[in-house]
Amino acid sequence: MAKLTIADLKKIKEEYHANQALREGGFRVKITVHMGTCGIAAGARTIMNTVMEELAKSDKKDIAITTSGCAGLCSQEPMATIELAGEPPVKYIALTEEKMRKIFTEHVMGGKPVKEFALVQGHETTY
Amino acid sequence: MEDISLHILDIAENSIRADAKTVEITITRDFEQDLLRIEVIDDGRGMDAATLARVRDPFFTTKHKKTGLGIPFLFQAAELTGGQVTVDSGPGKGTRVTATFHWGHVDRPPIGSMAETILTLIAGHPDREYIYEEREGNRVFRLDTREIKNDLENVPINTPEVLAAIRKMLKEQIKFEM
Repeated sequence: MAKLTIADLKKIKEEYHANQALREGGFRVKITVHMGTCGIAAGARTIMNTVMEELAKSDKKDIAITTSGCAGLCSQEPMATIELAGEPPVKYIALTEEKMRKIFTEHVMGGKPVKEFALVQGHETTY
Repeated sequence: MEDISLHILDIAENSIRADAKTVEITITRDFEQDLLRIEVIDDGRGMDAATLARVRDPFFTTKHKKTGLGIPFLFQAAELTGGQVTVDSGPGKGTRVTATFHWGHVDRPPIGSMAETILTLIAGHPDREYIYEEREGNRVFRLDTREIKNDLENVPINTPEVLAAIRKMLKEQIKFEM
């Protein structure tokens, strides 16, 4: 079994507990990358990777990331949904790494949706 | 699908949506038979006989849409190399998907980045457990998120710092990229 080193774990645990004190509880933003067969074939894993990179760079602790299945718009994949607490979700389509980085900066961090990449604002069923 | 690691991600995402708590992924290179064998085993809700009988039909799905392409794509990719896919499942018994590819066949897709597939699963659904094992001759690499979580105590496994450390470890340890 490959293990993280004790030094890695100790450092991570100390930093985590230090930052915990600053958290107000709960997540401010939820990012969902659509990871159905269509999304995966269109590049959703790269989008997920980009989100993970941007999240690590941001040093924010109040952003949750997750994956979901096909949203029923296969031709528009890769897609992601951004939900800010208290606001309706925004669904973004035909994503690239560059588009996702811009969305992360302006919407996730800045709170302002990137209208030119958005399909719709509001709830819908995902499968 | 461009590579095998994306097929594996797709199958594992099916496991997650079938409420699997643990997903076990094994990749083995069999030098004697010139085969690449992948296995994805979950403890999800499984499929009944009627569903299982239609598993490779691209126009059958249990979701609210018209197509179910993931498993048929895997059959196509494996069979193009002279390999095969078997799906064993039963209600309450989980599902086991096994695929073989002829390693040296010109149509075998590259394996791709298993590191990114494993990280995507951990980051997207940190509440599940993943066991990843790759075997190539005498070399065995194994990752078990239960052991990592145990070492982390109450630090979430999807904390960016933990994901970065796992990414580094996977990039160093995973040898299947071709």
